[in-house]
Amino acid sequence: MTNSTAASEPERTGAISWDSRLRRIMTLHLPLAMFVFVLLFPFYWMTLTTFKPNEELYDYKQYNPFLVHSPTLQNVKKLLFDTDYPQWLTTTMGVAFAATALSLFASVLAAYAIQRLRFKGSEWVGLGIYLAYLVPPSILFIPLAAVVVQFGLYDSPLALILTYPTFLVPFCTWLLIGYFKSIPYELEECAMIDGATRLQILRKVTLPLAVPGLISAGIFAFTLSWNEFIYALAFIQSSEKKTVPVAVLTQLVQGDDYQWGALMAGALLGSIPVALLYSFFVDYYVSSLTGAVKE
Amino acid sequence: MANLALEGATWIRRDNWLVRLFDYKPFLIVMCLTPALGLLLVFLTYPLGLGLWLAFTDAKIGRAGQFVGLENFISLFKDKIFWLSVFNTLVYTFVATIGKFLLGLWLALLLNDNVRFKSLIRAIVLIPWIVPTVLSAMAFWWIYDPQFSIISYTLKDVMHVRDSNIDFLGTPWAARFSLIVANIWRGIPFVAISLLAGLQTISPSLYEAAMLDGATSWQRFRFITVPMLMPVLAVVLTFSVLFTFSDFQLVYAITRGGPSNATHLMATLAFQRGIPGGQLGEGAAIGVAMIPFLIAATIVTYLGLTRSKWQQGSDND
Repeated sequence: MTNSTAASEPERTGAISWDSRLRRIMTLHLPLAMFVFVLLFPFYWMTLTTFKPNEELYDYKQYNPFLVHSPTLQNVKKLLFDTDYPQWLTTTMGVAFAATALSLFASVLAAYAIQRLRFKGSEWVGLGIYLAYLVPPSILFIPLAAVVVQFGLYDSPLALILTYPTFLVPFCTWLLIGYFKSIPYELEECAMIDGATRLQILRKVTLPLAVPGLISAGIFAFTLSWNEFIYALAFIQSSEKKTVPVAVLTQLVQGDDYQWGALMAGALLGSIPVALLYSFFVDYYVSSLTGAVKE
Repeated sequence: MANLALEGATWIRRDNWLVRLFDYKPFLIVMCLTPALGLLLVFLTYPLGLGLWLAFTDAKIGRAGQFVGLENFISLFKDKIFWLSVFNTLVYTFVATIGKFLLGLWLALLLNDNVRFKSLIRAIVLIPWIVPTVLSAMAFWWIYDPQFSIISYTLKDVMHVRDSNIDFLGTPWAARFSLIVANIWRGIPFVAISLLAGLQTISPSLYEAAMLDGATSWQRFRFITVPMLMPVLAVVLTFSVLFTFSDFQLVYAITRGGPSNATHLMATLAFQRGIPGGQLGEGAAIGVAMIPFLIAATIVTYLGLTRSKWQQGSDND
């Protein structure tokens, strides 16, 4: 794809010598192609394995392993009908939606208070929320497990819905504070002079203008919840309440006899929802990611 | 703007006590902060404190612990597996971070050049970062299979540079490096895209001026790109160190700490001792032992952030 650049630009052929063109291919296009290849290969391998029948999967002598000779839906069928996979997908979806909604609600209000209502110490509250983002789940999950048991939430999806905001709220608040900053304050002042209450301003002026920010925060939160692993591993016991990443690893792997076809099918199917979401909102995704880093 | 003012004029104020209460700024501030701070206090600050307490108890799952003082820490101090996990965590963090940064910076520089389909390539490059880590880790697990690894097959039967399969996950150092490679693979997109954002803020006129002065491409990289990229680099680096240090998913999915504890990170050891092992106190103590490292990384971020503000000359907003 990238290598075709040279051939498809006849008007510039005269200006650039062969030597510098070759150099450009070697220093730019070739490394770039290698990066794309390496970054995508595991997904290619995952997809290939999903559609390979068992006899091809373990026979590299007779079949070229980089291709599928007789594609089969056997692995997908097995996954959807012989396991709780559909159940895991719906649980994951439900948990992700609920945690995202809860986090967005809490973050919008917090970001609005910190960025727009301006009070003594608002910077400290902002810093505190930012620091909360730096507390990694892997040091929190043991005491959180004790808290979850205390509240009687062990083995309930509610445990995940209530604990995911610990990393979603800081992230979304951070993103939304940046977004609110970009909305001119004068708009709110105008509305206030016209006699609108602060709640009316939030609902009718600020929030509609912040919709793109809300969308980015929402997809980030949804993706992060979908990916979450350690809380779901520690707080959920029953097979049918597990989320996809945990269930694929703990329920599909039995003993030492790995069903690679079904495992890769589970991984592929579990990746599709976030990949779809990502492909629809890729521009939001990239711009808010880069914006957040530049902040 | 005029439109909005017109619309504003039609707003009707119903001044009952509730409206007035919500217009009272201190009350509104409290109401706005309650959901977020409430969630964070109950599910983050409280557990963090509880974790500190648990580290000094012999708590087990389903049983509140007795205070045992430093017993957990003393037994960890004598525990060879704990020290192995500290060693692994440091090697993992150090090597993976350097790998991610060198490759990420390279990719960012490539993407910053004028290539066709730039936005498409940029979108593709981010995919490893958005797909759930455990699921891509399982693809790596399969790629690292002792018998059917596609890497072994390529080296052995296609390129003929080896005559036996590579035992990726069977021996300690091979397993460590296999995990590090998977971690670098997953980390490159974030580093590359973040650094690309930083590269795009550098004004081209700086490079033009340097070219007029006869600077070589290495000099331009060393004296313009690197210093201008420093603020973003500092933030991304610290984030990356923080999350690589506390990584759990990749190791748990691929080796679960094996072979014979050789790849346990502090996080996976804390899990193994705390949840399936039931020793909440000991698991919490390992978590507490991670905190000094995390604080050190956070201080570096904070300094990086303040320095970036100072360099850009923006107000402290």
